[in-house]
Amino acid sequence: MTVDFATLLAILAMAAATVLTRVSGLLLLRHVPLGGNARKAIESIPPAVLMAVVAPTAFATGIAETIACAVTAFAALRLPMLVSVALGVASVAILRAVGT
Amino acid sequence: MNENARLQQFFGGMRAISPLIAAVIPIGLVFGAVAATKGLTPAEAGLMSALVFAGGSQFVAMDIWTHPASWAGVGFAALLVNIRHVLMSASLGTKMGEFGPRARYVAMLFLADEIWAMAEFRAGAARLTPFWFAGLVAPFYLAWIFSGIAGAALGAFLGDPVTLGLDFAFPAVFIVLIMGFWKGSETGAVLLASGAAAVFTQHFVPGVWYIAAGAVAGLLAAIVNGGRRGVEAMP
Repeated sequence: MTVDFATLLAILAMAAATVLTRVSGLLLLRHVPLGGNARKAIESIPPAVLMAVVAPTAFATGIAETIACAVTAFAALRLPMLVSVALGVASVAILRAVGT
Repeated sequence: MNENARLQQFFGGMRAISPLIAAVIPIGLVFGAVAATKGLTPAEAGLMSALVFAGGSQFVAMDIWTHPASWAGVGFAALLVNIRHVLMSASLGTKMGEFGPRARYVAMLFLADEIWAMAEFRAGAARLTPFWFAGLVAPFYLAWIFSGIAGAALGAFLGDPVTLGLDFAFPAVFIVLIMGFWKGSETGAVLLASGAAAVFTQHFVPGVWYIAAGAVAGLLAAIVNGGRRGVEAMP
């Protein structure tokens, strides 16, 4: 039951950043009227951020990861989240095992 | 609202979130197991889940974790990954007429993707009350913390996450979310710009700057696209 000081600091920094993002939408509502263009730009942030996080895994890690990402994306068109994720995890495990 | 009605609201929220709790427990277990492989104790994994309560940024933090931990690195990464909360809280904030001014901010501290989605859905069908919202939050929050602690404690028994492919669970979740954000070719341009900039930056710049680079590139693509559309629309 130990907590390392550097780890605690890192957790607090993450918590502070997350609290900031969670309340700033409310603060924004009180001060800024969002026009159509601003709204469109803000709408693009979630896919832009998620893609940026995933891209190195999807395109620059290995062929197993690239194929598994494609499998997951394809599954997500039809299947619920948990099933798609399970398919992705299973494909990457199999592909790594056969050494692609 | 009398006590009975409040309880009814609370249980209504619990019922709505229950399928998502079944889905988040395995993800919490994986988070804990990955955290254990990075050298975090169950207490540290639980503390992170309780204080941060944002799965995406917690997995990204594990991805870039160093010893000793870099508070600036993971803090900035959390800011970037969770910037979507700004839009989510602005959107939900317009549907919180039943909440007191302080209750809005307290509720917003528990804004996770799943809770946000259920609350938005509820607001479309009925009045969103603080008690219904609390019914969403309480079981989901506890499930996330305790599955994370359990995952970290059992980590060694769950096996090597890389062999089992469990390290891939969160990239996979992100991909599913990306597919959910798809709104046509505009989204394609955003994804292309973001992905290309992220891969390029990650190759040449150490650290997590690739997240910022990709996000900004995607945002710029959206602005350029929006501007062009605006010009076309002019008579």
